[in-house]
Amino acid sequence: MTSQVSHDRRIKNYHLNFGPQHPAAHGVLRLILELDGEVVERTDPHIGLLHRGTEKLIEHKTYMQAIGYFDRLDYAAPMNQEHAYALAVEKALGIEVPLRGQYIRVLYAELTRIMNHILNLTTHAMDVGALTPILWGFEERETLCEFYERASGSRMHAKYFRPGGVHQDLPPDLIDDIWAWTETFPKVIEDIEVLLVENRIFKQRNVDIGVLTQEQAMDWGMSGPMLRSTGLAWDLRKSQPYDVYDRMDFDIPVGKNGDCYDRFILRVEEMRQSLKIMRQCINELPAGEVLTEDRKVAPPRRGEMKRSMEALIHHFKLYTEGYKVPEGEVYAAVEAPKGEFGVYLVSDGGNKPYRCKIRAPGFVHLQAMDMMLEGHMLADVPAVLGSIDIVFGEVDR
Amino acid sequence: MIAFLDRTARSFLLVEFVKAMALTFRYMFKPKTTLNYPYEKGRLSARFRGEHALRRYPNGEERCIACKLCEAICPALAITIEAEPREDGSRRTTRYDIDMVKCIYCGLCQEACPVDAIVEGPNFEFATESREELLYDKAKLLDNGDRWEREIAANLAQDAPYR
Repeated sequence: MTSQVSHDRRIKNYHLNFGPQHPAAHGVLRLILELDGEVVERTDPHIGLLHRGTEKLIEHKTYMQAIGYFDRLDYAAPMNQEHAYALAVEKALGIEVPLRGQYIRVLYAELTRIMNHILNLTTHAMDVGALTPILWGFEERETLCEFYERASGSRMHAKYFRPGGVHQDLPPDLIDDIWAWTETFPKVIEDIEVLLVENRIFKQRNVDIGVLTQEQAMDWGMSGPMLRSTGLAWDLRKSQPYDVYDRMDFDIPVGKNGDCYDRFILRVEEMRQSLKIMRQCINELPAGEVLTEDRKVAPPRRGEMKRSMEALIHHFKLYTEGYKVPEGEVYAAVEAPKGEFGVYLVSDGGNKPYRCKIRAPGFVHLQAMDMMLEGHMLADVPAVLGSIDIVFGEVDR
Repeated sequence: MIAFLDRTARSFLLVEFVKAMALTFRYMFKPKTTLNYPYEKGRLSARFRGEHALRRYPNGEERCIACKLCEAICPALAITIEAEPREDGSRRTTRYDIDMVKCIYCGLCQEACPVDAIVEGPNFEFATESREELLYDKAKLLDNGDRWEREIAANLAQDAPYR
């Protein structure tokens, strides 16, 4: 009799609310997990908790004011976003960036990539139980924040890349310090590798977790390390080089199995390649201007503005009305640390964009959570989440 | 066979753990990088964008001429200015408010200012207990300017070749 009852009893799947305040949720992600015992049946990411209406805000700001909003998208890698926006505006305006400006942009874009990967790799390790790497990694990240601050005046929301170049030139001592840092940083990468790469606990939590095939990754529109971990060497820096990336000598690391472990190793290798690019940038850094001389786009230097009437008029025009961008639409994309970050601008010929669509890689990657997690254990959720490198500023925008 | 033995031995002897432990042990003797914050502070560059200040000329005359460029460029609409001619006929602000809660510290106001009046100084320790205290008015900003003038002037001078 009792066996009959238990046979008829239906066990309902358990719904677990993961986040939005969960420490492993990387911000304000809310996942509704449908669990069968400890096995994840379905994952439903709820997003929008950090929605600030960035795209709409940008439509109401002049092109110069809008730069600040790009810092606040993916706040783990601010300058890459600015880069995409600056490229889009330059494309729409049809202006050239001075060579030194391009080099500085590439230097700082790669510095930002390392900054992002340090954050991602170490928090990923922390999500699966290793606390030490984050302490070592953040020491380095602090140095990078300082480099940010010395170049732009802010440790995080830099507002440094401008359409037409970068805001200010780098002081020579800063360049020397960045060079010195590129010499010491490989040791830290090695140390973090000693802690994690061979570690059996780390491997148990990551190898063969969240496996992606190349077809799946392409179908879901993935890019960046997510796509490269499946073995496809797709990198916008190589396939459609912007700024001076075509002069840089670097390799694109690719994975083999497309699992969390591969993505981890791949990002570590990407940091080494970024260091290589940074060193090339510093070595080849040409002299000259950093911001375009086109006074209809870039404000005059302060000394000039205080002496010349014409410069002062330009200054006033640029800081009130801004500049007008010819009618048309452009799309510019950069290889942000997380994948392809694109900005699609539509201009109606005015001083504000008519429309600004932001293509954030995190959003695309997050939608594949259900596919990647199906059949995995609950404990694998943070590992997968960590390895897809999610930042909510850009997902929710 | 040798590979199998090697792997098994490594696995049983917890080689990777021992290595990692030895490494963390070595790190223990490295000099500390943490700062004892209120007493020790990190280095700030001349470009740091912190708390706002309104500056004066060395003769005590306030620099701001109420051109309202900062008000126009502010992406967060944090600045409010009202102006009228003073008794001596010079154009001055009667009201200069910055809502420090709205401000995003982008530095566009100090970039826009043609007379270096509004600047973002090196002070980052201006937390308050209430929201109202962060709605700065002209008196507070001028007071900041007087208080931080030496540092601000030094920073501006240091950064001048790059501006």
